[in-house]
Amino acid sequence: MMTMTEATEEVSYVDAISQALDEEMARDERVFLMGEDIGTYGGAFKITEGFLQKYGEWRVLDTPLAESGIVGAAIGAAMMGLRPVVEMQFADFISCAFDQITEVAAKNHYRWGAAVPMVIRAPFGGGVHGGPFHSECPEGWFFHSPGLKLVAPSTPYDAKGLLKAAIRDPNPVIYFEHKFLYRRIKSALPQEDFVVPLGKADIKRVGNDISVITYGAMVHLALESAQTLADEGIDLEVIDLRTLIPIDKEAIYSSVRKTSKAILLHEDNKTGGIGAEIAARLAEDCFDCLDGPIVRIAPPDTPVPFSTPLEEFFLPKTSDIVSAARKLAAY
Amino acid sequence: MDVAVTAKEIKRDDLLQMYHYLRLTRALEDRITALYRQGRIVGGVYTSHGMEAIAVGYASALERDDIIAPYHRDMGAFLIRGFTPGEVLAQYLGKRAGPSKGKDGNVHMGDLRRGVFGFVSHLADNLPVAAGAALAFKIRGEFRVVFTGTGDGGTSRGDFHEAMNLAAVRKLPVVFYCNNNQYAYSTPIRLQMAVPNVVDRAKAYGMPGEIVDGNDVAAVYLAAKHAIARARAGEGPTFLEFKTMRMHGHSEHDPAKYVPPELLEEWKKEDPILKAEQLLKQLSYGDDSYFQEVVERVKKEVEAGVEFAEQAPLPEGPEVLEGVFADKADSY
Repeated sequence: MMTMTEATEEVSYVDAISQALDEEMARDERVFLMGEDIGTYGGAFKITEGFLQKYGEWRVLDTPLAESGIVGAAIGAAMMGLRPVVEMQFADFISCAFDQITEVAAKNHYRWGAAVPMVIRAPFGGGVHGGPFHSECPEGWFFHSPGLKLVAPSTPYDAKGLLKAAIRDPNPVIYFEHKFLYRRIKSALPQEDFVVPLGKADIKRVGNDISVITYGAMVHLALESAQTLADEGIDLEVIDLRTLIPIDKEAIYSSVRKTSKAILLHEDNKTGGIGAEIAARLAEDCFDCLDGPIVRIAPPDTPVPFSTPLEEFFLPKTSDIVSAARKLAAY
Repeated sequence: MDVAVTAKEIKRDDLLQMYHYLRLTRALEDRITALYRQGRIVGGVYTSHGMEAIAVGYASALERDDIIAPYHRDMGAFLIRGFTPGEVLAQYLGKRAGPSKGKDGNVHMGDLRRGVFGFVSHLADNLPVAAGAALAFKIRGEFRVVFTGTGDGGTSRGDFHEAMNLAAVRKLPVVFYCNNNQYAYSTPIRLQMAVPNVVDRAKAYGMPGEIVDGNDVAAVYLAAKHAIARARAGEGPTFLEFKTMRMHGHSEHDPAKYVPPELLEEWKKEDPILKAEQLLKQLSYGDDSYFQEVVERVKKEVEAGVEFAEQAPLPEGPEVLEGVFADKADSY
């Protein structure tokens, strides 16, 4: 079990998730965890290491290998008033639970007024040599399912605050945690209890020339590119969506109204991705303030490949952002 | 064993109440079918005609704070949990007074305050959900039970397997049943599974199973009582296979020409209302004039429901936007 963190101590993204779970379980006895290998083993990424000893086998449930059954059971427990947090070992396996999530969890409140206060943690994203079944970004599937909330933090602060907010929310929330960020980024966190409210984007870098609208690991790519471009006099504003549903339209629109240019950057496939939706909304609602084409930077429409040169080709790179920004700046 | 002998274990008033609900279910669903044929009800109409004893029997065997996650031919369970014929008809007519407020139709209704989960068309979807409610009871140390089931077709789905397995591993207080009415839409059971009885599947989960005459309300009630007691005592889930026959089409639009007429003739003799009346007579709990009284009583109840539902207002278009998200989640 992790130790209590001093305000000054740097906390990794993965430990921020553990802290959020631990603190919410201590705060609210209705919160319990379900998933494959989360108990004795502590989870594939060791996020729940020590939890079984601390909270016992009825609050940290090692389940059979059955994503649909696990999510279904979480829905039932949530409707009775508990606050289940389900771990998908990898976000890719969420496809096995697709039906329970989209047909049961997402529609129950709308159809017959039954709230489903449940969180599904989905470790997603590439750059970890996971190949087609351990690298996916499946948020697009759920982006199109009314009734779900979708969250994708990019920093330890947001990871902790958004997970706490998700657990306290009365709706089904899918929490996309980026595997690439788990142990690569650290930051100091407040010692006191805090939440990051769902539905609020965050300006990770203030800038005047081009809005880069993104989420997850791509936020860091955008920030790196902004540094390079700053030397050339191109000033990027980086909007971290943090919550995909409900999407913070106001934050997007007010940034684009200021910069008049938008790059939509994500790690999910290009076609039908979140960038496509934001592009359409910008065209509908902000057409008169645009000074250049809306640009999308996203992987090609292929599965996430395994071999290093293939995956490097697949994933967006800072050079993609830099060259797109240079072209856009010329308008 | 002679049914009348075992049925003596059931209180007279309980049996008479079950007879009432058999009759109320039949009257209500016959009325719904008539309204559908007149074009006054749109959408699907799935009835429990000839299978009423299953829901009436098991729902009568549960305690008030137990949970039901029903199958789509379980009208009796809704009625026993206090859904009125008026509410049910309002639901069918897409009225705001229906439990779904017009958001969903026919038997897709539920209410956590009355302990009934909304049915999901994807058969067997509610089985893991039911197991999860049972898990909540186990976590909270409550002696409550969940009763859930699906049809013979639904047992082919993965969620049936995942729910049965999960519940058995954790010894959850849930009872699973199969309404084996021999046809999944048009597909006969021989094309659905290679085992002679659905109950054979229970063994694979280390779960006791039992075949029950699904047209005998007393037999359903007693088997359910036993399985519920087992679950409540912490001994884990049981699987009950209720053998019956779907006497109408899958939905009322379906003439079910794929069912051999002689099979239906055979099963007509097994009608659950007929069987209940024979039993009540045998036990001297009721006679023809009593049965006639009940028929008239439920007819009035249904007609009052039709009047209520037809006069109830339709929702306004913009109400479509309400209720996608919850602003609170209570405990039940």
